[in-house]
Formats: sequence, C-alpha cells, structure tokens
Amino acid sequence: MATTDTGLGRTSRDTWLYRNRIKLAPWLFVAPALLFFAVYVIIPIFQSISISFYEWNGLYNAEGESTAEWVGLENYAKLLDDERFYVSLKNNVIWLVFYMLAVPIGLAIALFLNQTVTGIRLYKSLFFFPFVISQVVVGLIFGWFYNPDFGVIGSLWKAAFCEETINIVGNVTTKCSAPPPDILADENWATFAIIFAGLWPQIAYCMILYLTGLNNVSPDQIEAARLDGARGWRMLRHVILPQLAPATFLAIVVTVIGALRSFDMIAIMTRGGPFGSTNVLAYYMYETAISEYGDRYGYGSAIATVLFLIMLVYISYFLWRMYQDEKGR
Amino acid sequence: MFPKPIEQSSPARQLLYKFSLPIVLFIWLLPLLAIFMTSIRPAVDINSGNMFGWPSSFDLIPNYIAVFTDSEALVYFWNSVKVTIPTVIISVSLACLAGYGLAIYRFRFALPLFFLFIAGNFVPFQILMVPVRDLSVRTGLYDTVTGLVLFHAAFQTGFCTLFMRNFIRDLPRELIESARIEGVGELRIFWYLVLPLVRPAIAALSVLIFTFIWNDFFWATVLTQGESSKPITAGIRALNGQFVSQWHLVSAASLMAAVPPVVIFFAMQKHFIAGLTLGATKG
Repeated sequence: MATTDTGLGRTSRDTWLYRNRIKLAPWLFVAPALLFFAVYVIIPIFQSISISFYEWNGLYNAEGESTAEWVGLENYAKLLDDERFYVSLKNNVIWLVFYMLAVPIGLAIALFLNQTVTGIRLYKSLFFFPFVISQVVVGLIFGWFYNPDFGVIGSLWKAAFCEETINIVGNVTTKCSAPPPDILADENWATFAIIFAGLWPQIAYCMILYLTGLNNVSPDQIEAARLDGARGWRMLRHVILPQLAPATFLAIVVTVIGALRSFDMIAIMTRGGPFGSTNVLAYYMYETAISEYGDRYGYGSAIATVLFLIMLVYISYFLWRMYQDEKGR
Repeated sequence: MFPKPIEQSSPARQLLYKFSLPIVLFIWLLPLLAIFMTSIRPAVDINSGNMFGWPSSFDLIPNYIAVFTDSEALVYFWNSVKVTIPTVIISVSLACLAGYGLAIYRFRFALPLFFLFIAGNFVPFQILMVPVRDLSVRTGLYDTVTGLVLFHAAFQTGFCTLFMRNFIRDLPRELIESARIEGVGELRIFWYLVLPLVRPAIAALSVLIFTFIWNDFFWATVLTQGESSKPITAGIRALNGQFVSQWHLVSAASLMAAVPPVVIFFAMQKHFIAGLTLGATKG
C-alpha cells in the first residue's frame, strides 16, 4: 500500500481508479451517447455500403440466416444503365440550384423586417411560421393549391379562360378555351412546383439566420461607412455582407443539406411521378427498397451509397471548416 | 443598424412601410390562411366549388370534431406525443453527458469523437434506412412507438451533442478547474456546477428537437405500418387517402398536426431561435 492520505484517511484516493479518473471520466461521460449513436447511425452506414454489394430482398431463411447473395459491383453497374437513376440525379442538381434561392430571398425578407416599429417582433415570428410546421402539411397545402379542378391555379384559370353556360335542362357547364394546367402531372414542371413549395419554409429558416446575424452587425462600422458616403447596395455589399458571412455560411449549409434530403414533399405531392420525373435520389432509394414490386435492398443501398458520397463532400467541407475554427481557439 | 432605421425616413415612407408589412405578411401566409378557411367550411361549399369564397357557414367545431370521431386522428396525435417526449428527454440527457465529456477534458479522442457525432448528424437518412429497418424487424421493434423513440433518440444525439459541447465549451474553464482543486468529484462537478449553467441550452435544444421529431415523416413511414404506432405526420397522409375530396376534414387534421410545434415555438420563441442560430453569429 502506498502512503495513506494525511489525516482524513481516505484510502480510496490511492486506487488505480482514482489516479486515472481524469483519463477515464471523459469516456464514461461519452459512452452512453456513443454506444447509442454507433448502433443506430455509425454501424448502419457501413452495413448499407456492404449491403449494396449484395442482392437481397430483406428476408431470412428458416435458420435465421440472411438470404443475401453476393453480386459485387453489379448493383452499381446497373445504376449506370438506369434511366430513372439519371433522372433522379438530374433532379437533385435542380434542387440544389433552385433551393439556393432561399438564401438571397431570406436575406431580402430579413432586411425588410429589420426595423423597430411597433409589433415587429410579432411580424418576425409570423414570418417564421412556415418553418415550424411539418413539410407534410406544407406539401398538402401546395398540392391542393396546384390542383387544376379546385386549387388556386385552377380557380384563377377558370376565371380567366372559362365561361359558364346553363343548358336547357338547367345544368351548369363550363367551357374553357384551354383546360387548366395540372402542374404536378406535368413532367416538365412538377419538380419546379415542388421546389417552389419547399422554398417557403426554407426561406423562413434563412430569414431567421440573417435576422440574428443583422442583430450582431457592428453599428460603429455602419456609422463609419455612412460618413464615407456608403449607402444602399454599396453598403450592403461591402460592409454588411462581409459581417454576415457566418450567417451566410450556415444558411448555405442547411439549404444544401435540405435540398439533398428532400423527401417529404415529393412523397406527399407526387410520389416521384409522373413516370418518375420528380424523383430524387432520396425518394428513388426509398421506392426501390420498399415498394410493391419487391424489396430490392441491395439496389436501394447502392443508390443510398451514391447519395451518401455526394453528401460526404459537404460533410467533409463542413468538418474542415469546424477544424479550422477549433485550431484558431 | 442596416437598413437605415425607418424613423429617419420621410413620414410618407414610414407610412408606406407600415402599410406594406401586413400586406406582405398576408401574401406570405396565404397558404396557411387558405387551409384554415377550408378547415372551417361546410362540406356543401367544397362540393359546390366554393373553395375560396366566403364560407356559407362556419363549421369550425363540427369539422374538428368530425376529424376525431371519423378517423384515427386522435390515436395518431397521441402516438406523436408518445414518440416525441421520450425522445427529447433521452437525446438531450445523453448529449449533456457526452457534450460535457467532449468539452471539458483534454484527451486525444475529444475532437475525432466530436466530429464523428457531427458527421453522423448530416448523413442522408437513406444510408441508414435498410439496416435500421432490418434491426427493428429482428428485435421486434418494427411498428412500435418504442422503436421510433430509440431510433430518433440515437440519431438526434448527434446534433444535441454538437450543440451541448459547443455551449459547455464556452463556459468559464476556471470554474471547473477550481472545483477540481477543491476536491469535488467529476460527477458532482457535472451535476451541481455545469448542469445548472447549461439550462438555457437545454431549453433551446428541447424545443428544437421537439419540433424536429414531431414533424418527422420519413422514419414514421419507414418504421411503422399500422394505426397503433403511426405518428400524426404519417397519419395525415393516410387520412388524405381516406377523406378523398373532403378537403375541409383533411385541412382540419393538417392544422391539428401543426398546432403543437407552433404552440411550443410561440411559448419558447427566444430559446427556439437561439437554438437554430447557434453558430450563425460566431466568427
């Protein structure tokens, strides 16, 4: 036994556990979260990648062994010939590009609301509303707006291009010079219609990020720039935007991730249709892996892996930025 | 302040600004207003094509009652509550522990582990779908509320840990150092010193996670099947099929689904926004 503690006689201080407590403590604190996270997030990533080399319908034989069959890169080879895969990939690019509109529009609304008149706080929170409600609800609302028979578009169209006539029997018939457009059933427009709906909550999100950023813009610098004669656009570009850079960075990150994760709206509004024209990788994967045509887990996992690799570019960039931040501390 | 405070402009411009605010807001919230108006319309209006005109009568109460009596909406709603609240408690608790572990101790794996949580938080759901579904089926957790809770809690732990770690990291370090010199144990430092200090972060995180989980649709569709475990988001899609062309009922149900996150947001607005914008302001 080593030396006893002076006076108090707490011999527990001599144990190995006590001497290494500073080394052990972090692991004990992190362990529960790490374990949980590993089981449901980290390990499944590798499992998915491995499943993508198999053909599997998700079933097990009587002995409880998986019925998966090793096919190597075959799933990936099939992807290269799969037209629906290319359509989904193309739509992902369209999402990435047009979803980005949320950033400047969010900034514009933030600038519009950045005043101190009575009730402005309430206005700001009401503008934020769309972000708080579920995308399922947003999808339903817009799906209904786009409906040619009774939606807003349909009603406006009828007002502009249709005539109501009452025939001899007394029934009302409407005659239109052209039928109202069914946007969600139109291959060329459906994706844009969904993105437009998706922009609504995303703009609200970007707006909040910018409103907070604007709160922290240094008033001294604005004053100094005013004295130098900077106003309006020049002020925004050269004085305000540089100070809003952290907000812009975050807005772009969340918008990119939102665009690549887009699933809810598509599932609610078109289910990838018509003819797969609104599919994105996230929805196509789901459709392939869990569908009425049989569960193609292997093929679905290959699509998921491609999506994951695309996302990995952004994740790496984000981590790299965070690493620079940490080093700078 | 940018743009220039409106009080410094001409009275005409001030007036213009004050008038334009409600108009812009009206246009911005038009979709929501429309769905609200529909939810209080009688069925006759919808069948006769009066979708946007003045309702022929106000059926707020009968419509909302009809949603609950004619469908499983109440079950869905209750399922959402049963999924959301335990998830918030579990993931925030785990993240407090992990965030403390990663922020306070200087050990070699602190940063790699932290980055692991961040990276995992950003992955697309689809890369987890097949294994998680398979795991749930094999462990009997498929189509149960517990299964959803366990998955959500695990996944949200990534974001929560990122959040708590950054918050705890900004606490004054000397506080913890001096407690250690006094001989206070690690667990007691965490419980009596750190936890009370991070209460605002816990509040912010809880409202945020509540909204995320309440609004989740993907996992609700992937991990549930029957009525007994379906949360409200997946339920609404089912209702949309059940109430074909009964738009007044579908819209009432949708608004019901939107109420809890909206109420939480209004009650805890400051915390909610503080949570969302974490990191937006620091250089």
